[in-house]
Amino acid sequence: MQVGQFIVYIILFILLYNQVFLLLAFFEKRKTTSRKVTLPDELPTVTIIVPCFNEETTIQRTVESLLALDYPKDKISIYLINDGSVDNTRNVLDSYATGYENIKVFHKENGGKWRALNFALQYVTSEFVGCLDADSFVQPNALKEIISCFHHNPVAMAVTPSMRVWQPNTLVRKIQAAEYDFGIFIRKAFSFLGAIHITPGPFSIFRKKVFDTIGCYRHAHNTEDLEIALRMQKAGMVIDNAHNAIVYTVGPATAYKLYKQRVRWTGGFLKNMIDYRDMFFHKNHGHLSFWILPMTIITACSSLYIIAVFVITTIANLIKTLKELNLVNFDLPSPHFTFDWFFFDTTAATFIGMTLMATILISIFIGRVITNKERLFTVDLVYFIVLYSFIAPFWLVKSVYNTVLFRETKWR
Amino acid sequence: MKETTFNWSKYILALIITGAIFVIAIMISNYFNDKKLESVRNIEDRIAIDILSSETQFDLIRSSSCKLISNDILSTELNDLASRLGYMEENRPNDDEEILRLKRQYSLLQVKDYLLMQRLESQCGFKSISVLYFYSNEKGACEECEKTGYVLTYLREKYPGLRVYAFDYNLDLSALQTLIKLNKVEDKLPAIIVGDKVYYGLTTLEEFEKVMPGLKTLKTATTTASTTATTTKK
Repeated sequence: MQVGQFIVYIILFILLYNQVFLLLAFFEKRKTTSRKVTLPDELPTVTIIVPCFNEETTIQRTVESLLALDYPKDKISIYLINDGSVDNTRNVLDSYATGYENIKVFHKENGGKWRALNFALQYVTSEFVGCLDADSFVQPNALKEIISCFHHNPVAMAVTPSMRVWQPNTLVRKIQAAEYDFGIFIRKAFSFLGAIHITPGPFSIFRKKVFDTIGCYRHAHNTEDLEIALRMQKAGMVIDNAHNAIVYTVGPATAYKLYKQRVRWTGGFLKNMIDYRDMFFHKNHGHLSFWILPMTIITACSSLYIIAVFVITTIANLIKTLKELNLVNFDLPSPHFTFDWFFFDTTAATFIGMTLMATILISIFIGRVITNKERLFTVDLVYFIVLYSFIAPFWLVKSVYNTVLFRETKWR
Repeated sequence: MKETTFNWSKYILALIITGAIFVIAIMISNYFNDKKLESVRNIEDRIAIDILSSETQFDLIRSSSCKLISNDILSTELNDLASRLGYMEENRPNDDEEILRLKRQYSLLQVKDYLLMQRLESQCGFKSISVLYFYSNEKGACEECEKTGYVLTYLREKYPGLRVYAFDYNLDLSALQTLIKLNKVEDKLPAIIVGDKVYYGLTTLEEFEKVMPGLKTLKTATTTASTTATTTKK
């Protein structure tokens, strides 16, 4: 066996092992996923902060979804923070300034999402506080699901929701739809392992004392939702997941917008991993430190290796084909398509790769089943399986490049 | 719901399951590879029987009824076998004993087919162009062999009447080594024999067309296809 083949088998083993490990973690505690919603006798007070920068097209739906939450109005406060928008966001927000007792509107100079959140946090007096991105919408039961999760798990200091893509009407959004359903499973499995290391902007809810104890949000390479979760983990705080608290978010509609978003996410992740490198292989941080975080780095390195091999092989084959065609004066052979199983790749790597794909599909189905999604088999699965591995390398390579050269990523 | 104690059992169980999946994948892969080898063996057996049958038929009727013998004996099957063996060679280790055995058998079948064709040419007046091509897979032994192989494959596809017999120069097969000695083929690969002459280092289409002037008299694949189509219509 050649060295290259051996490396491929090692990568396949690690990736498959990780999938098996997460599935085991999930099935070990799957019964808790069908737990009934039970709430404390007296519902706690909650503040939801909505930072906005040029969100005129989506902010109204976001606020309306918060107003439609199945939660007592006197227990929930909504802080709308206009972070120096230059579009019509100010006027849309001002329309909520009067007539809604539980809504407060703030205008401030542009300073980035983390500063907008910190600006609002100084006014928060409720027991719980959360954020909702201005391009995301919550289901009416979402907050009760999260409060129920806090009720069942009193040591939880934060609870994350399940995220779905809002109206996946383009190819790029369809790919994200399946990816987000995969994310639902991953987050649930991570929660069972005590390894959630991202509290997503859309509707993660914290006990207020989290910020009183470990401080407010930081710039954190434009991934403040990742950094706050890592800081919580480092402080030994528990982060749980309420999978039935569904939040819809508007995914990037085009490949370029998705690329920009993922360069920010992945780049921020890698830089935060460097900042929090002391959490790796540390006995106080359990599965997160011994498997989940190292695995993210291994996955990134493996993907880079596979990308490099793919690109080099493709270029070499292209050059070879051109040279060969040149030998016969570019007289292309007439195409003939015949299926013969003999020429199908039957190496063990093929079957292992197929098994890996199957475990990913199973994970997506689990994400859909536990959140009661109406349709399990959708065309977005095909788009995800076929196309994701072709587009993800672009942002991964760029993110690594930015990280190595210490280049900051931009929001937009 | 967080695990408060670090539990190694999941890691071990995951290791066992992943290991089991690997073992099963290797077993499935071996099963299919055996099936592939079996299919190559079957084709070789079939060709061996066909050659024997042709030789026997030839001996029985001598030159009196050359019409009864077709001049496209086995060429398609040999080509099919060549592509299958080539694929298996690419995807299995170079020193795979089973592949070497099949390759020896294939080379022997090619020699027999070549000899049979020569007899048909001399005794029945059949006209065909045969090329004996000697290559080497050994690293650094033949840098140009890939080019020569590509051009010959192209010519074989373009002119189905062209019979290309490809031999691994270093294959441990006495019949092949005799063929090499008889034709005085030197270790300067790639080498081809057209007619009685040995040529070395041909890699371009022009060079091949020059040493095979009769090539253009052969029907091209397109011509053959259109003729067949017309015949079927009638």
